[in-house]
Amino acid sequence: MDLADTDEEREFRARLREWLAAVLPGLPAKPGPDDWPGRRAYDTAWQRMLYDVGYAGLHWPVDAGGRGATPTQHLIFLEETERAGAPYVGANFVGLLHAGPTIAAEGTAGQRARWLPPVLRGDEIWCQGFSEPEAGSDLASLRTRAVRDGDHYVVTGQKIWTSHAEVADWCELLVRTDPAAPKHRGISWLAMRMDAPGVTVRPLRTLAGSTEFAEMFLDEVRVPVSHRVGAENDGWRVTMVTLSFERGTAFVGEVVACRRTLSALAAEVRRSGRWDDPVLRRTLGRLNAEFRALWRLTQWNVAEAQRSGGVPGTGGSVFKLRYSQARQELYDAAAEVLGADGADLDREWVLDRLTSLSYTIAAGTSQIQQNIVAERILGLPKGR
Amino acid sequence: MDFQLSDDQRALRAGMRELLTGRFGRDRMRAALDAGVAVDRGMWGELGAAGFFALRLAEADGGVGLGLPESVLLFEEAGRVLLPGPLAATHLAAGAVGAVKGAADGGAVVAVLDEGRPVAHLEAADALIALGPVRPGGVARVLEGDVLRELVRTARPVRSLDPLTPLHRVTAGVEDGVPLPGATPLRLEGALLAAAEQLGSAARTTEMAVQHAREREQFGSPIGAFQAVKHLCAQMLVRAEVARTAVYAAAVTADPAEIAGAKLLADEAAVHNARDCLQVHGGMGFTWEADVHLHLKRAWLRAGEWLRAAEAEEALAADLCRVHACDAGDL
Ligand SMILES: Cc1cc2nc3c(=O)[nH]c(=O)nc-3n(C[C@H](O)[C@H](O)[C@H](O)COP(=O)(O)OP(=O)(O)OC[C@H]3O[C@@H](n4cnc5c(N)ncnc54)[C@H](O)[C@@H]3O)c2cc1C
Repeated sequence: MDLADTDEEREFRARLREWLAAVLPGLPAKPGPDDWPGRRAYDTAWQRMLYDVGYAGLHWPVDAGGRGATPTQHLIFLEETERAGAPYVGANFVGLLHAGPTIAAEGTAGQRARWLPPVLRGDEIWCQGFSEPEAGSDLASLRTRAVRDGDHYVVTGQKIWTSHAEVADWCELLVRTDPAAPKHRGISWLAMRMDAPGVTVRPLRTLAGSTEFAEMFLDEVRVPVSHRVGAENDGWRVTMVTLSFERGTAFVGEVVACRRTLSALAAEVRRSGRWDDPVLRRTLGRLNAEFRALWRLTQWNVAEAQRSGGVPGTGGSVFKLRYSQARQELYDAAAEVLGADGADLDREWVLDRLTSLSYTIAAGTSQIQQNIVAERILGLPKGR
Repeated sequence: MDFQLSDDQRALRAGMRELLTGRFGRDRMRAALDAGVAVDRGMWGELGAAGFFALRLAEADGGVGLGLPESVLLFEEAGRVLLPGPLAATHLAAGAVGAVKGAADGGAVVAVLDEGRPVAHLEAADALIALGPVRPGGVARVLEGDVLRELVRTARPVRSLDPLTPLHRVTAGVEDGVPLPGATPLRLEGALLAAAEQLGSAARTTEMAVQHAREREQFGSPIGAFQAVKHLCAQMLVRAEVARTAVYAAAVTADPAEIAGAKLLADEAAVHNARDCLQVHGGMGFTWEADVHLHLKRAWLRAGEWLRAAEAEEALAADLCRVHACDAGDL
């Protein structure tokens, strides 16, 4: 058990720190949450900067245009960029962490050449069109139809909760290509242009007041057959490749940020003269244990992935269950610290408290995660 | 970074599991329970011979020369099988060179005196380590010979919650005895070793619950097919695994705040998992015959030893200020 950097890792970290220190002061101000064109420009400009110095697609395989970095180097990258206050992956999320890795793993040479470089350069934004009004946790029951018409699919249906749909150029879309087959066997994975005729995006307002995701109506949208990744009706397996990436190092930066928030909360309690309140103090102390442990669990999972050749395991479900809960407890504690100011949306942490509510739902609800842990790790029988 | 067990560490753990399965399997454990004998001198000697106590003593001093990470792996195994006795105290006494003769090879049994708390395994003890105050810098002392005999004479037995952990109330103070050489942070290291035992218990009760949930049928299916049961089991695994990385990391860094966090989370995991395991077992879980209650009782006791939740949380709160440059003057 070793928690120290190797010489190589230390050097990687030092070079990264140096670069961050040099470029971060020159960045423009962050755009507001509803300024979508501004957000896109900000996020893609950052991605371009990473690309120009060779940090883009760090964890992608080399033959996909990535750097082939080890899981540990990726962890260091995410840790250091967060520590330095660098921009978050933002609108590049689906491209870099979902669609990109899927195309890298399952796409043809031509598909990789067409789609991967623009993601790495920050030229193109992807969104994820999986969930439907009638297919959430039971994703495989999705109904959006794709009917072959020559060398095109004609796609009709409705998607929902599509994050970043308003600024995306492409959508990784799950469609039903064989309605007669058992539900997992009739699904295909398509790359759809968001400006194709028949695509209508209607933004949805979240409980935080901004429009983070959207409904997407698809009315006879024509998608070239060549834009299908993987075999026809093999989309469920292709999708699982994507979903397993969702549970790897995805929360490294956030855990680092949570630990910083916790320290800031402690400082705020002392500033406001409430450090002699033992309940508040012990609440923060407990959260310190929690986030220290979550950080160690992240390192444990990454080291495990590194040993197994980069495949993220089911340990991600254990992590996500605990982290999503801890994050909500953190911002509840923040509200306690803020007292009456906890009702002021302009105060730091208040908006974060609202967005923390999505963590037990998005990317597999906590109930579904518990099913996964019980059935796939503990081997309990499948039930209803 | 390679935060996973090394091959040597895996082998060490497997060796200890094998030894304990052979020497302290369920039948032996229940026999000890029925006989009311918590510390078996013969087994204590075997543990000593296997290096359980001398693990961290330097090879030059006759020890094994390994570190805290290896120790927590052994203590985790001890926790799994409910191995009784003052394991952590004897291990700590063995690690402090010459503190108590015979501790390293399992010839001596060393227990703990912590102010205001009952003493476990007093009658079996050849020596006591009196822990200093919880605050940093507290000096530990050793009580042996006449001092110990006098203490035993005036001690009053307590009807112990945990049948394999006999308890006594004593009148002596922690100022008695001879100061221990060196400034080993005994309370912290003891807390970490106890946390490792809690981890072993938490992992074991998870396995017990899962096994029962697979086998027991009601309403025509294994109870593990019902989500209410399934989710209890899933949360048990989450608690055990979070505690595991906390304990292992604390053993690697030996950082005081990290140790406090490990104890806090491992206590919680052991206690909560034992309760959930009991629930999954239904009426069977409420019997003397099932081992669940033994895990719960031991977990409750250990949660009150070395570093309790309130103390750990205070240490972790203070750490938030120490590390991150808020004014530490008015702590
Ligand atoms: C902020 C945010 C961003 C998102 N972004 C995207 C995106 O970009 N692309 C995309 O495709 N999707 C996205 N989603 C959708 C997300 O994946 C779904 O919300 C999620 O999978 C749950 O589906 P649902 O909302 O239909 O809830 P439902 O599946 O209807 O669940 C409702 C409740 O029932 C419970 N439940 C359902 N089935 C079971 C079961 N078998 N056992 C026990 N309990 C069960 C759930 O746990 C939940 O509590 C996003 C969601 C959020 C909140």
